[in-house]
Amino acid sequence: MDSLHKRLEQEAESAGYHLNADVQFTKGLVKSLLVNERRYGYWACPCRLASGDKQEDLDIICPCDYRDPDLNDYDACYCALYVSEAARKGEKTVGSIPERRPPPAERQQRAQRQPGGMFGLSLPIWRCKVCGYLCAREQPPEVCPICKSKRDRFERFIEAART
Amino acid sequence: MTAVHIPGKKSGHIMLFALSTCGWCQKTKKLLDDLGVEYYYEYVDHLHGDERERAIQEVAGWNPSGTFPTLVINGERCIVGYKDGEIREALSVA
Ligand code: SF4
Repeated sequence: MDSLHKRLEQEAESAGYHLNADVQFTKGLVKSLLVNERRYGYWACPCRLASGDKQEDLDIICPCDYRDPDLNDYDACYCALYVSEAARKGEKTVGSIPERRPPPAERQQRAQRQPGGMFGLSLPIWRCKVCGYLCAREQPPEVCPICKSKRDRFERFIEAART
Repeated sequence: MTAVHIPGKKSGHIMLFALSTCGWCQKTKKLLDDLGVEYYYEYVDHLHGDERERAIQEVAGWNPSGTFPTLVINGERCIVGYKDGEIREALSVA
């Protein structure tokens, strides 16, 4: 658990993210990630109730799709495992924040929305739902080169023109 | 349901719906412990099947976003999230 905390800390810092400086709180969350890994087989967000169905829980696998917008708006992710630089330095305090993840019915609707093929592109554009990284290629990369999320966190963002 | 009972000072009926893995839920629970009040809690992530469904429905009835922690006081007031000041204030008048 301590070594995972250290690894996450290093990965976060090297990618421009920061873990919460409250070490006791943060280690509790790291432990919870390990509990969820044992329970579900993946790092379901500790502060959200996972369904246990990976496809349904993809958006809340840590780091979740909502981390970056929450860091922008509240200086912390929903669990406060990740915080902004200002919060890390203690210039801002973080607290419990509103949930940004849409309720189930809305999530379903969004999943059904199809991207349009309006740009005449020769390749589709893939978007990492965690950090926003974009790339134009047949398939998304195995691992996001920016935030290290796995391939299944990518969405087809802009469709290639049909030929 | 099989909520866990924590004995303490009577301060109304306090029911905490929480996740065992959530940091804010832990903080809320610790606040109740520190205040020494009597309360009940349920770790919804530990429940299965019908019990889990029932707990989710009950939380949604109080807090439509269905998030945790959800604290229900006297079956009339609900506090969502770890809100130190709000919880202290609510319990001092409950
Ligand atoms: S980034 Fe934060 S809110 Fe998102 S899953 Fe990880 S711990 Fe939870």
